[in-house]
Amino acid sequence: MYDIHRIVCDILELFRLADLAQILPQVGVGGEIEAKESIDVWPLIEYSLIFLAGMGGLFGFVLAFAAKKFAVEIDPRVEQVNDLLAHAHCGACGYAGCEQYAEAVVNDPSVPATLCTPAGERAARKIAELTGKKAEALEKKIARVMCGGSLSKTVKRYTYEGIPDCRAAVLTGGGDKACIYGCLGYGTCSRVCPFEAIKICEDGLPHIDPDKCTACGMCVTACPKKVMEILPASKAVLVACRSKDKAAFTRKSCTVGCIACGICEKICPFDAAAVTNNFSKIDPEKCRICGLCVSKCPAGTIEDFMTTRAKATINDACIGCGICVKICPVDAIAGEPKKKHAVDPAKCIGCGLCAAKCPVQAFDGVFNAEQVRAAKKKLKEAS
Amino acid sequence: MGAELTKLFELVISSSLVNNFVFTWFLGLCIYFGVSKKMETAIGMSVTFTAVMMISAAVSWLVFNYIMVPLGIEFLMIIVFIGVVAGLVQGSDTIMRKVSPVLYHKLGIYLALISTNCIILAVPLMNVGNHYNFIESMAFALGSGLGFSLAMIIMASIREKIELADVPAPFRGLPMAFIISGMIALAFTGFSGLITL
Repeated sequence: MYDIHRIVCDILELFRLADLAQILPQVGVGGEIEAKESIDVWPLIEYSLIFLAGMGGLFGFVLAFAAKKFAVEIDPRVEQVNDLLAHAHCGACGYAGCEQYAEAVVNDPSVPATLCTPAGERAARKIAELTGKKAEALEKKIARVMCGGSLSKTVKRYTYEGIPDCRAAVLTGGGDKACIYGCLGYGTCSRVCPFEAIKICEDGLPHIDPDKCTACGMCVTACPKKVMEILPASKAVLVACRSKDKAAFTRKSCTVGCIACGICEKICPFDAAAVTNNFSKIDPEKCRICGLCVSKCPAGTIEDFMTTRAKATINDACIGCGICVKICPVDAIAGEPKKKHAVDPAKCIGCGLCAAKCPVQAFDGVFNAEQVRAAKKKLKEAS
Repeated sequence: MGAELTKLFELVISSSLVNNFVFTWFLGLCIYFGVSKKMETAIGMSVTFTAVMMISAAVSWLVFNYIMVPLGIEFLMIIVFIGVVAGLVQGSDTIMRKVSPVLYHKLGIYLALISTNCIILAVPLMNVGNHYNFIESMAFALGSGLGFSLAMIIMASIREKIELADVPAPFRGLPMAFIISGMIALAFTGFSGLITL
C-alpha cells in the first residue's frame, strides 16, 4: 500500500532535492533486513502495538511476581545503622564490609556497638540506642610512626629507582634505608589511609593529622616494615625507634636511633621504660607523659608529641611543704619552708610531676593540673 | 558435525580476539573504563557480563525468530532487545538477592551496570544481521563475553601498575587509560585476517 521510501523520494523531489535521496538508507538498521517492495502498514501497526504491549505486560507481571516471591526481609534498623556508619571500608570493625557490620550489630546480640572507630563516639552511642546495647566511652586512639629516621638523619644503603611505594621498595632486599627496621618513607600508609590523615613530609617521614585519624588500622596492616602502631592519643611520649640492631650499628645508620643505653629506664619515675632487644619501649599503661625521658635521652630518640608543654606555676594554696622541690627532676622549684614556693620557668620542662604530688593541688598551668584536681575532688566525694 | 564445530570455534575466536568488541568495535567503553580500575571489580564484572550476555542473546534470538519475523515487525528489534535485557537484568537482580545473598553482595552491583553496556545490544543485532542459528548465536555471545573479560582484565592489571608510576599530571587517570587502550587496540590488529568469516 504505502512505500515509505517512495514517499520520501517524492517529497524530496518536490523541494528539488532529489539528489539527497541517495543518502536514504535502503535497508533496515543494524544488519541486513531485506528491503521489501511495498509493505502493508496497518497490520504492522497492529502487530507491533499488540506485541509491545504484550511484552511489557508479561515482563511487568514476571518482575512483580519475582519481587513478591523472592522478597528478602530486611530489618529496617539495618538501614538506619548503615546510615550512621562511616563507610570507609577500612575493616576496623573486623567485618568484610560496612553492610555486614550493620547486619551483624542488629541481629547478633554479642556484637558490640562501638566497633566502627571512624564513625566516632556519637555514632557509637546512636547505634547502641538503636540496637539496645551499651556503648562504653571509647578513648581516642591514634596511629603513630615508630621511627624518627628522617632523610637528614639516616643513611641509605643504595639508590633505589623503582615504583615509589614502600611495598615495592621492601622487595629489593629490605628497602634502601641502612636501618632495616625503619620507615622507608615512600608513602604506602599515606595512600591506603581512607581519611587522608597521613602525609609524607619533606623529611621523608609520615605525619599523622590527629584530627583526621580514626585509628582504623589500615596503615598498620599496609606498612611492610610494621613500623606503625595504634596507641591511645593521650600517650604522647614515645620511643620512636624499633631497631633491634646493636648500638654501634644503629649509630652508623641513624643519628636518632635507640642505642639501648638504659638511661630512660633508670630515670623514669614510674618505671614505664624498659629496654629489650636493643631498643627501649615505653609501657603505655605506666607512662604518665611527664616528658622527663625526652630531655634525658642522649640520642634524641624519644619523641614528645605534645606540642606545647605549659610550665607550672604555683598559686596561693601553697603551704610550703617542699615536696615539689624534692620531686622536681630539673630542680626548677625553690622556696623557703612554710612560705609560698616559686617555679623557675626557664628550667621547668612541664612534666607535671609536681602537680601530681602536691598535697594541696597548688599548681596551675601544667597539662595535668586540671586532671589532678578533678581526681582529688572525686576522691573527696567518694569518702 | 566437524564443520559445525569448526564454525562455532571460529565464531568464538572471531568475536573474542579478531573482532574484539572493545578493541576493534570500540563498544562498551563506559563500563570498560569504569570497572577496570581494580582487578577484583574487573573479574566480577566479566563473570556477570558473560552470564547475562549469553542468556539475553538466547532470549533475544528466540523472540526475534519465532515472534517478530512471522509478524513482520523486525523493525522493532532495537526496542525489543533492550527491553529483554532490562527485564532480564532486573529479574536476575531480584532472584539473586534471595537465592544467593553472598553472590549478590559480590556481583549484584554489576548487574545494573550491564544494561548500560553497548555490547549487550550489539550482539543480538549482529546475530540478526548475520542470520546465525541458535547455537551460533550462543557461541558468538560467549565469544563476546570472553573478549570483553579479556579486555577488562588486561586493562585492570595495567592500570593497577600505572597508578604507582610517575605519570604527568594532565594524563593521570582516564586520559592515560585511553592512551593505553589505543595501544592495546593497535596490538590487537595483529589478529586481523586470522579468521575470515
